[in-house]
Amino acid sequence: MQQAQRGWIFWAVAALFVGAAAVATFSIKNEYPFFAGYLILQFMVLATAWNILGGYAGYVNFGTSAFFGLGVYTAVFLFKATGAPLLVQIAVAAAVGALLGFLVGLLTLRMRGIFFSIATIALTIIIETFIINWKFVGGATGMPMIRPPAMPPFDSYIKMLFVNGAVMVVIAVALARFIQGSWIGRGLRALRDDELAAACSGVPTLKLKLLACVISGALMCAAGAPNAMYLSFADPASAFNLNYSVSALAMALIGGTGHWIGPVLGALLLSSTQQLLTVTISSEVNVLVLGLMLVLFVVAAPDGILGLFRRVRARFTGDAGGRV
Amino acid sequence: MSQALLDVKGVTKRFGGFTALDAVSVAIRPGERFGLVGPNGSGKTTLINCISGVLGLDKGTISFLGADISKLPTYLRTRRGIARSFQIPRPFRTMTVIENLMVAFEFTAGHGGHQSHDEAMALLEQMGLGAKAFRPSSELSQVELRKMELARAMAARPKLLISDEAMAGLSSAEIDEVLDLLIKVNQDGITIIMIEHIMHAVMRFSERVMCLDAGRIIASGTPAEVMADQRVQEAYLGASSQG
Repeated sequence: MQQAQRGWIFWAVAALFVGAAAVATFSIKNEYPFFAGYLILQFMVLATAWNILGGYAGYVNFGTSAFFGLGVYTAVFLFKATGAPLLVQIAVAAAVGALLGFLVGLLTLRMRGIFFSIATIALTIIIETFIINWKFVGGATGMPMIRPPAMPPFDSYIKMLFVNGAVMVVIAVALARFIQGSWIGRGLRALRDDELAAACSGVPTLKLKLLACVISGALMCAAGAPNAMYLSFADPASAFNLNYSVSALAMALIGGTGHWIGPVLGALLLSSTQQLLTVTISSEVNVLVLGLMLVLFVVAAPDGILGLFRRVRARFTGDAGGRV
Repeated sequence: MSQALLDVKGVTKRFGGFTALDAVSVAIRPGERFGLVGPNGSGKTTLINCISGVLGLDKGTISFLGADISKLPTYLRTRRGIARSFQIPRPFRTMTVIENLMVAFEFTAGHGGHQSHDEAMALLEQMGLGAKAFRPSSELSQVELRKMELARAMAARPKLLISDEAMAGLSSAEIDEVLDLLIKVNQDGITIIMIEHIMHAVMRFSERVMCLDAGRIIASGTPAEVMADQRVQEAYLGASSQG
């Protein structure tokens, strides 16, 4: 009963969120807030996607930029070859991401800890090298993307991307929330705590990890797809930028990895700070700030914003903790 | 039923040039209380790892309920009814005690929410951990961790329970407590293989005992027979035979 009520609240907030995004696009003339806001939404999707494998299953993935970049180039290829509309680009990118997630998972998920992480870094380099040598999508110099007219009722492409981003956040978060509360989430958590004990308790560890990798990969790739149109340009160096890997990981860790809301909060905090710094100081400073905040949180609040919140609440209610 | 519940045939396991198990064969009968003893490094835990699927075999077969399970992954063996505890407890640390059990319930018996919760609670009461159900497993004492490991193994609804040194490091009162639990579990119809160094526990518990040394079976029979066996005494005490 309580769970059903919570589900109802979640969907109400989600509808309100998308509704507010849509209303804003019609009532605000200036494009800049949507230009900046889109990036925050994009990172919410990336951090949430990262958390499904990195947070729930404990497999630290440095390959976010590989998936993201592949999403960008799936869209570029589709657009150049067939002129496919945005939603088709995103859907195909999600499928490509799922496939890559499956293949990578099959190859790497038998490795534990640091070995898995190193393998995922290599992934970015492999795919980027491939794209650099593919003339059709522009090779190393990249290629400009000429935006088609925005679909009605939107009057600008950026505003359309913004609302689209809001919907993607809802889809990503709803998926993460579903996984967290289901047997999949409990199985992932068990294998994160102790993989051997999980297998001996009947948990199909490899299958669950693969599933997490597929879902996570699909979301990351889907998040990349609109980026080429967003920038009106695609080049390998920025599409496969390691910053995506570091940011997604940092946002999830800073927000808190145990709960679906963690990465959302982390992305909101970090990404808006970065936007603010980019505008007021310079875009170079925001990388520095990312690093500093990560260090700060690792030292002062290792369980992220959520852990901090729990500690404060425990102090006020006098509960020693226990239930998470 | 005369058919063996678990039939280990000619199992050999090598780690590089070291032979940890050398053509070990043993058949466990349904409902039996079976003790597995042997000095450190004799291959007891390796045998258990082979039975539960943590390690693959180099030679031989393992059958359970008449079906060859040698190639099955661990989780499927658990679902068929082979559950185990670990020599060094391996709790799911970020979960509460009851959640630890619910994982095993959920992944072996299907995906029931409320039902698995009630059954996990009943099992914890039976194991004397009812009061700790909603505490994080990281707060448990050593004896409580051992009990939770057994309870979690029981939550997988096993036909065969393998207890790997569940009593190591416990006081003698605690040993009796755990021993009583295991005997009660067995009376409910669950076959048990107990690995133990604590001899009086093995003697009291087992109907049949097998002793391993350097990967080979050196004695098998009633507890009294095995303890009286000269090779067993040599393996344990290192005494040279003096006729």
